Amino acid sequence: MAKSQITLTVNGKKEEALVEPRTLLIHFLREQLNLTGPHIGCETTHCGACTIDLNGMSVKSCTMFAVQANGADIVTIEGMAAADGTLHALQEGFREMHGLQCGFCTPGMIMRAHRLLQENPSPTEEEIRFGIAGNLCRCTGYQNIVKAIQYAAAKLGGVPYREAAE
Amino acid sequence: MIPGSFAYHRPTSVSEAVLLLDSLGDEARALAGGHSLIPMMKLRLASPAHLIDLGGIGELRSLREEAGEIVIGAMTTQHELIGSQLLSAKIPILSETSLLIADPQVRYLGTIGGNVANGDPGNDLPAVMICLNATYDVTGKSGPRRIAARDFYQGAYFTALEPGEIVTAIRIPVPQAGHGYAYEKLKRKIGDYATAAAAVVLSMSGGKVVACSIGLTNVAETPLWAEEAAGIIVGSTLDAATVKKAVAAAEAITAPASDARGPAIYRTKMAGVMLARALARARQRAGA
Repeated sequence: MAKSQITLTVNGKKEEALVEPRTLLIHFLREQLNLTGPHIGCETTHCGACTIDLNGMSVKSCTMFAVQANGADIVTIEGMAAADGTLHALQEGFREMHGLQCGFCTPGMIMRAHRLLQENPSPTEEEIRFGIAGNLCRCTGYQNIVKAIQYAAAKLGGVPYREAAE
Repeated sequence: MIPGSFAYHRPTSVSEAVLLLDSLGDEARALAGGHSLIPMMKLRLASPAHLIDLGGIGELRSLREEAGEIVIGAMTTQHELIGSQLLSAKIPILSETSLLIADPQVRYLGTIGGNVANGDPGNDLPAVMICLNATYDVTGKSGPRRIAARDFYQGAYFTALEPGEIVTAIRIPVPQAGHGYAYEKLKRKIGDYATAAAAVVLSMSGGKVVACSIGLTNVAETPLWAEEAAGIIVGSTLDAATVKKAVAAAEAITAPASDARGPAIYRTKMAGVMLARALARARQRAGA
């Protein structure tokens, strides 16, 4: 099958590539651009480990073809930390609040939480839980992920993080 | 999981898309948000030779009020339905229902057109469209026509669409101001299809119901319009005896499959429970 030429921006960098139409976006990111931060978990649109930010939306990159992303502006977990290595507030939050154990779901969780906080900078706990409902974690029980996102929301909002009383 | 090979087409107008669908015939499938079709392609349950991506057609992305109707372009996403101030003000059941579809990521891409046109009995919006008496604008090689949502669904994945036709817009008569509404969905977890769900829109006057419409999701091969049940409700004060009668009438038209969501009898009873809850919540929300 003829390949298609696509041009897109990934983590601020312009990329041009030839892709087979059937190439899924997650395979393109991982195998052609060597961005292995977005993970392949379930491959069935359930787990959210492959979540990236695309044109201001959280997208499961296993459920989109790379050709559909022609012209898109994409951010993956690799694009979150500053150039000097300073962690993004969400990355710092996940570290400080122990928001990960095995870490497999973390790139997807952080990218989803990133868009959630763009849309709702100070979400309630319930809004956070509803907002990350498309991302599965099999280790943490979610409690520390919620805290990590609260930590990041506080930091980005310029207020000190205070853990809610248990 | 890698789908079969296909040629990718990205038309920029409805007429171009219709020409492609016509000339490529059975081998072509239209792609909307892709969150039903792409999973099917990954499982090789669908292997179209041509994929016609409707994502580049600007005219399919609109949302406006015109002559007493809300007209929603087929490629409007569920995320956009949830965020629309016009819909929140005029037809809030659409936002309530959309929030119960799948998960946030899916709602960014999943479209109203794909949801209503696919014919999947598990989809949530078809029963709401039947409840609201919506009409679908469709276009094919022989030109545009309109199909009432109540006439659209013929079986599981089997609709009134002719080969090569696509849904371009959904027209919904604006419900009466002050109407009450609710979409009650029983599901096992976030992201699941309904075990059973009920959509209710009603209007009250002087403590009595003056208009009522009911749709049911995923308790038959098609979404159901519970016309008789709604007729029982009209004229009542939504007293317990009337609600019980209406619930029985609604349960009587269900024919669910026994599956992982439960045996058929359970799903029928849950349709009744969802209807009773939806009626109660719609009443609370209705003015006068």
